[in-house]
Amino acid sequence: MGRYILNRIIWMILILIAAAFVIFTLMYLVPGDPAKSLLGPDASYEVLEIKRHELGIDRPYIVQLGDFLYKTFIRFDLGTSWKFGTPVVEDMAERLPRTLIIGVSALVLSAVLGTVLGIFAAINKGRWQDSTTMVLAMVLISVPDFWLALMFILLFSATLGWLPAYGIGSVGHYILPIICSSLFGVAINARQGRSAMLETIRAEFVVTARAKGQRENIVVRKHMLPNALMPIITGVAGGLTMTVAGSPIMETVFSIPGIGQYMLVGINGLDAPIVRACVMFFALFTTVVILIMDLCYAFLDPRIKAQYSRRKG
Amino acid sequence: MLNVKRENQLKSSLFGDFLERLMKTAAAKIGVVLLVFMVLVCFVGPLLSPYEKNGIDLTNMYAKPSADHLFGCDAMGRDILTRLLYGGQYSLILGLTTAVVSSLISILMGCIAGYFGGVTETLIMRFIDVWSALPGILLAIMVSAVMGAGFFATVFALTIGAIAGGVRMTRGQVLAERKKEYIEAAESINCSKLSIMFKHLLPNVVQPMIIIATMNIGATIMMAAGLSYIGLGIQPPTPEWGAMLADGRSYIRLYPHIITFPGIAIAITVLAVNLIGDGLRDALDPKLRD
Repeated sequence: MGRYILNRIIWMILILIAAAFVIFTLMYLVPGDPAKSLLGPDASYEVLEIKRHELGIDRPYIVQLGDFLYKTFIRFDLGTSWKFGTPVVEDMAERLPRTLIIGVSALVLSAVLGTVLGIFAAINKGRWQDSTTMVLAMVLISVPDFWLALMFILLFSATLGWLPAYGIGSVGHYILPIICSSLFGVAINARQGRSAMLETIRAEFVVTARAKGQRENIVVRKHMLPNALMPIITGVAGGLTMTVAGSPIMETVFSIPGIGQYMLVGINGLDAPIVRACVMFFALFTTVVILIMDLCYAFLDPRIKAQYSRRKG
Repeated sequence: MLNVKRENQLKSSLFGDFLERLMKTAAAKIGVVLLVFMVLVCFVGPLLSPYEKNGIDLTNMYAKPSADHLFGCDAMGRDILTRLLYGGQYSLILGLTTAVVSSLISILMGCIAGYFGGVTETLIMRFIDVWSALPGILLAIMVSAVMGAGFFATVFALTIGAIAGGVRMTRGQVLAERKKEYIEAAESINCSKLSIMFKHLLPNVVQPMIIIATMNIGATIMMAAGLSYIGLGIQPPTPEWGAMLADGRSYIRLYPHIITFPGIAIAITVLAVNLIGDGLRDALDPKLRD
């Protein structure tokens, strides 16, 4: 197991380096001149040249790439924003908690509520509780979450005046963003949880376990739950990465200065260090979530564990 | 000649059987009806509309829904219904194109990886690992920033974001299929690798991809709207649904009708596609049927 984890972590670092390469190249290819966007259209050629030299973007692609990879992975230095002149890490540290609070709360809400709804629907299969839940889930995965957010603002802020619509400051500011970020996940997890439960209820190994006279609570705990959990974990992990990666849009709707919005500031201002740092964060976040998910699989599924130890020694 | 004919017959009966099964589920029926309705309305409706998609009419700024303007007008007095219909054309074509292109690429890469194995498989799958370290929506945002605005740039951006999952799934499917007897039989009579891959393997792994592709249409329409909402992708004054939402968000308190209808249009279209996707899954995957 230890070797499995170590192997996965090394692989994760390689993926991150490759992702850094991709993101650097993408930002290199973005049309437009950062120096011009910083100094305005009236700046003279000489001034622009000096600025370009200052930013280091007059160097060849390969040199810039090497510099970026060296600073990011050896010195852990994400650079300074070209526009604001502040270290990107500081800005990100200030914004990160907001994105994570929303992401993680939405995850917990969608995992718990979604799974409970899914199991509830599976137990009541074919009855009205089941169909109501599933229709609701279907509608929720079809409605764009950022539009639902606008509608919630309209209802709860503009009309009823219960909650603030924009910005940050109090706990109340986070309620709408968390709910809106979680609803899609609730629906996905409810659907996933229902089909996982139904599949397990019908599975042959459950019949076998009962047939050999196993006690019912052991059948549920040892045979059904681990198997039903696998797809649920997939759904939860997918939901978390979706929520956090979707934060540029959701944070725009609620004007929350988080990582997603920071990234858009970078994109619109041609501020490559900001964009690169944000995307690296998203990549790191995604790979860590996938790693944890795979570890859960390996923990739950003896087949994966066995397969791995057989192959590696 | 005879062989081709028989094959076609077989295919059409399989397809007929499949359609029959699809239409048996109530959800799929509703989905098909909704989708046909949206397609008809979006492609025929603009011909009947007395207004132009970008026809500015300052006397009707922010007009509430009325008999003249069924869904009201936006900040420039443009008829929202007409713009919605034109926007629907973009969204539907965009969703379909992206889903088809990304599934084709996914199937091809997945088949190659799964069937050839070895170094080829390792290379493709490691490539996909890197690819999926960046979530689809994020890749779409980045590529969209690089490519700039426009229809094809957006299709490209969304396609890039949608491929990774499909490759993984197709490969898994191929790995399960290639051990079966019919592949062994084809190999034993010296079929070329390519012909095994396309003639024998492909028809058997394509089904789950159809489901994913259908679901992708809905996801793409939502993502495209999200992109234009944050100012990337298709740009104003093109009547794209997400861009219309972005236009109206400043007037949310005073003129909520501007942002209400585009969202409903997105929701109905995506709902239709998702219902069909669910129906397809039930029809194609006998395991999940009751």
